[in-house]
Amino acid sequence: MQNGTHNDLRQSEIEIKMVTRKVGVFYGEKQALYDVDLDIPARAVTALIGPSGCGKSTFLRCLNRMNDTIRDCRVVGDITLDKLDVYDSKVDVVQLRARVGMVFQKANPFPKSIYENVAYGPRIHGLAENTEHLDHIVETSLKQAGLWKEVGNRLQESGTGLSGGQQQRLCIARAIAVAPEVILMDEPCSALDPIATAHIEELMDELREQYTIVIVTHSMQQAARVSQKTAFFHLGNLVETDDTRVIFTNPKDERTQGYITGRFG
Amino acid sequence: MTDILADTVPRQQPAAALTPGIHMTDAANKRLKARYAAERRFKLIGLAAILFSLAALVILLTTIASNGFTAFQQTHIRLDLQLSAEQIAPVGTTDVRQIMQGNYGAVILAALQKKFPEVQSRGERRRLQALVSAGAESQVGRMVAADPSLIGQSLSIWLPTSSDIDMFVKKQVDTTVPEEQRRVNDAQVRWIDSLKASGDLELRFNTRFFTGADSREPELVGIWGGVVGSFYTLLVTLLVAFPLGIMAAIYLEEFAPKNRWTETIEVNINNLAAVPSIVYGLLGLAVFIGFFGMPRSAPFVGGLVLALMSLPVIIIASRAALRAVPPSIRQAALGLGASPLQVVLHHVLPLAMPGILTGTIIAMAHALGETAPLLMIGMVAFIVDIPATPVDAATVLPVQIFMWADSSERGFVEKTSAAIIVLLVFLLLMNLAAILLRKKFERRW
Repeated sequence: MQNGTHNDLRQSEIEIKMVTRKVGVFYGEKQALYDVDLDIPARAVTALIGPSGCGKSTFLRCLNRMNDTIRDCRVVGDITLDKLDVYDSKVDVVQLRARVGMVFQKANPFPKSIYENVAYGPRIHGLAENTEHLDHIVETSLKQAGLWKEVGNRLQESGTGLSGGQQQRLCIARAIAVAPEVILMDEPCSALDPIATAHIEELMDELREQYTIVIVTHSMQQAARVSQKTAFFHLGNLVETDDTRVIFTNPKDERTQGYITGRFG
Repeated sequence: MTDILADTVPRQQPAAALTPGIHMTDAANKRLKARYAAERRFKLIGLAAILFSLAALVILLTTIASNGFTAFQQTHIRLDLQLSAEQIAPVGTTDVRQIMQGNYGAVILAALQKKFPEVQSRGERRRLQALVSAGAESQVGRMVAADPSLIGQSLSIWLPTSSDIDMFVKKQVDTTVPEEQRRVNDAQVRWIDSLKASGDLELRFNTRFFTGADSREPELVGIWGGVVGSFYTLLVTLLVAFPLGIMAAIYLEEFAPKNRWTETIEVNINNLAAVPSIVYGLLGLAVFIGFFGMPRSAPFVGGLVLALMSLPVIIIASRAALRAVPPSIRQAALGLGASPLQVVLHHVLPLAMPGILTGTIIAMAHALGETAPLLMIGMVAFIVDIPATPVDAATVLPVQIFMWADSSERGFVEKTSAAIIVLLVFLLLMNLAAILLRKKFERRW
């Protein structure tokens, strides 16, 4: 399952991008997440795995405060992005989400043209100096997302007319167009066929040279293939976290062992 | 694990075990037949309901159309008028008031008498004059006032007949009843036949019906006054209710905190949509006219009242349209760092627009047909001028229909139906606009 050297994170070189300490999430009275301590390494893929309802998506959505939009949702504990307290009242959510982008489970392109989909983020943040610059941003983003070859000559067509896999890569292009530092991916391949999935996985491997990526996935093969660090969640607790290689070959916790060998979940 | 437990607990035996092949028995076939029969019955009942409502609609429309179409034509008489200076005003006068005071009745009577020289007695002369509409005098007067050089000239002109003659020509008078009970006597019938024979009496397109305003005489009425009044009223309604409705809907749906206050507001908006419209009329009377001292009978006030009435409907339709926008679009925009206002203005509102516009146009169509609240604020007045501004006294189409339907004269029956046709045409156009807008803005996601 391991493809060798590049997947190992050498402890001494690790630069930590985001740190969470004692993070808990409440939906009303119900607690969904308990005391999660996790360090998210920079320029690497961190995979969050665990059975359905274990709180991994909830945790992911804390990282860019998407949980703010859910009523009755309360987050406790500390989350920092480069030492910036994400939940500090002085933090601008708009700015935070520009730094921590997100790709959702179901591809959700805007019902606009492909160009407009990618250009929207740079436009609202005022990133492009002029039209040519914007064109350039759109082109590089689509190239980075591996979509340029397929859609480069039909940028004015509707983004919703693309295939499922293309739509999801369009969403990735849209996310990287605003030059985020972290990209959160919430089961980005769960609605895609194996070929489209392989596409996205290759893409993640390329993107991690520049971006910090956190991915929630139900597929353990996917976690093993794309991630360098893996965190296993169960019933709202972070059970175990380590280098992906260690988690999949030598897990310390019984529950992790049970989950990755397919005995429950 | 739970499934291990499940195996150790003995399963309860069902009352009668179902065996494979049970779906191929006679009993099963019978059940299947009964199911299809029920389905056919349901379809038939539905079809019958649709046919019934279609038939009702067809009967309604044909009745209105057959009653109303005659109103688009009007009987006219051609007369050669001698506009002599003695009877009107000296040649060269431009004083409008003096020209309008001219004795046009005598001019018309003289022209009629030239056609029928045998008419001598006073009574006969009066009946002869009654052929022509009472409004013909002022019509000729206005023509001369507009062009004073006509004085001293002769003028061949088509003038409308009185409503009784018009009804007779349109065969809506029963000629079998005795002469003294008829509104058209035998002498008049003779004159009409003679005029018809010489080509001086015919049915001509009733332009006045589309350009004029209300009148006491059925042959002189027009709906343009009502149309303009309705236009101003709806304009005010739209300008007030559309922005207020959309903003209220956006705030309630996208921004308002969900607490007891907003819940109370929501419940009350839903209740307001069900309040009888006449209550809004009373409210308008008390608030706009009584308290703020706005003019009576004005389209501006009518528009405000109808705006109050339409607001809840627009808010409810807009909220439904906003709610129908998939949350994934909101999340996508939020995830890119769009502010809540940007999410609404850039994504949610454009996607909700077709629904909002449809709701608004249907609310407007409803307002166009509304009568009761406008009666309360005095728009039921008899108004012969076409309103020039939204604060002039005016009436609206449905109120105009109501007033004509209330008139006793025979000639108003066809005018009422004709006005209904015009109103229905406007309603159809608005609904068509709603459909086209929806088609144009509809988008997939």
